[in-house]
Order: sequence, then C-alpha cells, then structure tokens
Amino acid sequence: MELFDVFLLEAVLNGLLLGGLLALLSLGLNLVFGVIDVIWICYAELIMIGMYAIYYFYVVFGWPLLLAMAAGVLLVAAAGAALHQFVIRPVLAAEPINQLLVTGGVLFFLQAAATLAFGIEFKNIGVSFPPIVVGEISFSMPRLIAFGVALAGMLATYLFLKRTYLGTAIRAISQDRAIMPLMGVNPGRIFIVTSALGGALAGLASCLLVLQYDIHPAIGLSFGPITFLICVLGGLGNMVGGFVAAFIFAQFISVGGFFLAVEWGYVIAFVFFIAVMFWRPQGIWGGK
Amino acid sequence: MSTAAATSAGGDMLRLGEVSAGYAGFQALFGVSLEVRSGESVAVIGPNGAGKTTLLRTISKLIGVTSGDILMEGRSLKNVPAHEVIARGIAQVPEGRRLFARLTVEENLKMGAFLPAARPRHAERLKFVYSLFPRLEERRAQIAGTLSGGEQQMCAIGRALMSGPKLLLLDEPSAGLAPVVVQSIFELVKRICAEGYTVLIVEQNIRQVLKVVDRAYLLETGRIKSSGPSAELLASDEIRKAYLGI
Repeated sequence: MELFDVFLLEAVLNGLLLGGLLALLSLGLNLVFGVIDVIWICYAELIMIGMYAIYYFYVVFGWPLLLAMAAGVLLVAAAGAALHQFVIRPVLAAEPINQLLVTGGVLFFLQAAATLAFGIEFKNIGVSFPPIVVGEISFSMPRLIAFGVALAGMLATYLFLKRTYLGTAIRAISQDRAIMPLMGVNPGRIFIVTSALGGALAGLASCLLVLQYDIHPAIGLSFGPITFLICVLGGLGNMVGGFVAAFIFAQFISVGGFFLAVEWGYVIAFVFFIAVMFWRPQGIWGGK
Repeated sequence: MSTAAATSAGGDMLRLGEVSAGYAGFQALFGVSLEVRSGESVAVIGPNGAGKTTLLRTISKLIGVTSGDILMEGRSLKNVPAHEVIARGIAQVPEGRRLFARLTVEENLKMGAFLPAARPRHAERLKFVYSLFPRLEERRAQIAGTLSGGEQQMCAIGRALMSGPKLLLLDEPSAGLAPVVVQSIFELVKRICAEGYTVLIVEQNIRQVLKVVDRAYLLETGRIKSSGPSAELLASDEIRKAYLGI
C-alpha cells in the first residue's frame, strides 16, 4: 500500500473513532432538548465535573479506576437531576432566552467554582496505554476504548428508550406533554429521569475523555461548542440526526486535518457547518 | 377483564356534587351534579362551548375543581393529582384522540399500560384490545400518525382500555371524522358498553349518541339543564326543537 493511502486510511479510521465519541456527547444534549425543550448550555461543564470526580476518586482517594468511573457517572447523573430540579424547573414556562441565560449562568458558575476548588493547573489521572499497531496503522488505545464504550452506551440508551415503559414515556412526552397525566405519567418525574439520564451520558463521556485529556476548569470549552454544533447540524433534539452528524463532523476534522494542518480540520468542519446552516437552518434532519 | 368492570352492578361509580370549575379568570362549570352507576352508559350532550370537554377534563383533574366534589366509588378525588386519577380506575379518551403521532400503534397501547399495576396484565389486555379491534393488530407496527381517522379513534380507545379502567370517559369520539366513519364509531361505542364497561361520553352528535347510551344529561353554558333516559330525551320537545331541528 502507498504510504499516502495508509495515512489517509488512518485519518479516516481516527475520524470514525472520534465520531463515536462525539455522537455520545451529542446524545445527552439532544435527549434533554428533545424531551424538555431546554438546551443545557452547561452540558460540557457537567463532563468537566465528572472528570474531576474521577480524578479525585482514583488519584486522591485511591479507589480502583472502574469504581471511580462508576461513581463519577452516578455523581454527574445526580448533578443532571439537580440541575433540572433547581435551575430548569423554575424557568420551564419562561421565555427560551431566559432558559438559555440560566444554563449559561450555570456554565460560568461551574467553571469559576472549579477554578476556586481545584486551581487552574492541569491534572491527569496518569493512566497510559501502548498504541495498538495493525499492519502499518497505529491506533490509540483510549480512542478505541472510547469508541467501543460510546457505541455500547448509545445502544443501551436506545434499548432503554425503545423497550421500557419509562423510555417509551420519555419519547411520548416530547410529542404531547399535556395528556401524559391521562396515561398515569407524572411529567415532572419523567423530566427528572431524563435529566439524570442526560447527566449519566455526560458522566460516561467524562470517563472516556479523562483517559485522553488533561483536566482543567475550562476543559468544557473544548467539547461544549462542538457538541452543540453537532446537535444543531443533525437537527436539535433529533437523536438519530445527531448521531450521523457526529460522524460527518469527525471526518471533516480528521481528514481535513490530514490534508492540511490539524487546526485546519476544525476550520473546514465549521465552514461546512455554516454552509449547511445557509442551506438548512433547521439542521440536516431537522423537521421544524 | 371485561366482566370485572361490571361487578357491583347498579352501584354508584362516579358522582359529581355541585362541581364548579374553570380556567384562570373564566368559569366554565357552575354547580354541576351528575352520577354514573356501575355498568351504565351515560352521555353529556349539549352545544359547542357548553363546557362538555371541561367537564371531562375536570373529572380527570387536568383542571382544578373550585368548589363541590367528585367521588369515584365513594372516595373523593379532591387531593388526587391528575396522573393518579387513572389508578382510581378512570381512563379518558381525549378530544381529538391525541395519539402519540410518531410512536407505533403498539407503543401507543403500551403507554396506556404505563401504570405499574397495569404492567403485569399488559400482554393479556393487548390481546383483548386486538380481539376488539383486529384492524389495530394488522397495523401494530405502523406509526400512529399515519392511521386513518377511524383507526386512530380505535387506537385511542384501545390505549385507554389498556389500563383496565372501571370507568371510561369518551370526549367527542365522532368529532373530526368523515360522516361514513362516524356511524362506525358509534357502533364501536356500543360494543364497548356491551363489553360491560361503564362509560361517560360527551357528544355534540346528539341524535346518534342518544341511540347508544342509557341516560343523558343536557349541559348548556356550564349548567345541567335536564336529564333522563335516552329515549325520553329523544322524544322531549326541548331536545327535538333545539338540537334535532324537528
């Protein structure tokens, strides 16, 4: 195989791996928006909290890594439920702009609180894996793990939404909130469960990111905007659209970065995003 | 399960005592009293805007009662939140059917069995609903929004039956349907009554509904104007002149 082709293939495969991770990130945000109709601007800051939690559980408290991660997921799920109960619920009937502002406020609050509590220095859990080499192509182990776990997490979420009573109610409530009580469903409870599930997905993402990235109070800014753009690209609230858009976006970043410089990958991806917004402002698979 | 609905036949199922209700700044019901006995089918008839839909929404607690009380099997619904009314045995088929348009027929029926107490009997009731409406079984995997109007009404009724209700509230089941379908909807209501369900139905289509139910109340501008057995109301001058155009 030509050397050029090997590197291109490697870029495509790395884009695929990145796509899985981005798809997981967008799923939580899309789920919450699709059901509650509120955008968690502070979504990536929940991921930051999860990363710090795993760091403290694993490095400082010395828990086993998997236990630390499980505790991190539970903690962020609880944070998601708390975010709904104490921040979103009071403004559920308010103007969308007010809802954006309160969740945006939570973003800055969490960033500032993390800076105060944990300092600005970068932290790392110090777990490293050797790269996996297949023929002439090498993969990073954390990325492969992230891809596999992200797919498993999304499949589990899909089965939950499709098979269970609660999952069906979560899909139903986004279609007709007003008649849910006639089914014996307490809409407030469904919102809490959905928020906890969105939080758990953010927690799962933090488990995967903590293997690849250093932790600092502004880490959310590395993922928040891109997650939001992917959701918009796929049609906000459309979970399948977000899934596909994540893989498209990741290919632009990865392959675009291959042909030019790495930073250009993001530029190309964002140019693609802007072009799509002119063509379909509601997103590629958006209905409204 | 259909026979379970007809136990304690003749006993009091639902009783409204001097119920007033409305929306913010607008009263829609003024001291409405009515009763539905077990095994009976009762209609509330009246013109558009009389408060018929408000009445059913009040019984389901979607709207708060401002005065008076609603008793289901002798127990007050006063402090029961809307999502717990169905656990008392009251299921409502809302106006306009209100199916979950992007869920399948079977998923819509599943939502009707959401109540924890209803889940163990999900499979059994699904079979019963499909035996009642074989058309729904044929279309079980179809997205509900693509059903015809009549099929949607079947699905909406089936969804309400999935909870195993003692009392079925039907809100304008014939509204918005083609005239040829309206006839079949009343046939359907007749069958539901024949299955032993206690039914409270609200209708504008007075002539048709009076042929199906045992008794009826006439509601005008939020007040009960008269009541009686269906045959009696059908023959009364008041109804004939004002509503049947005879």
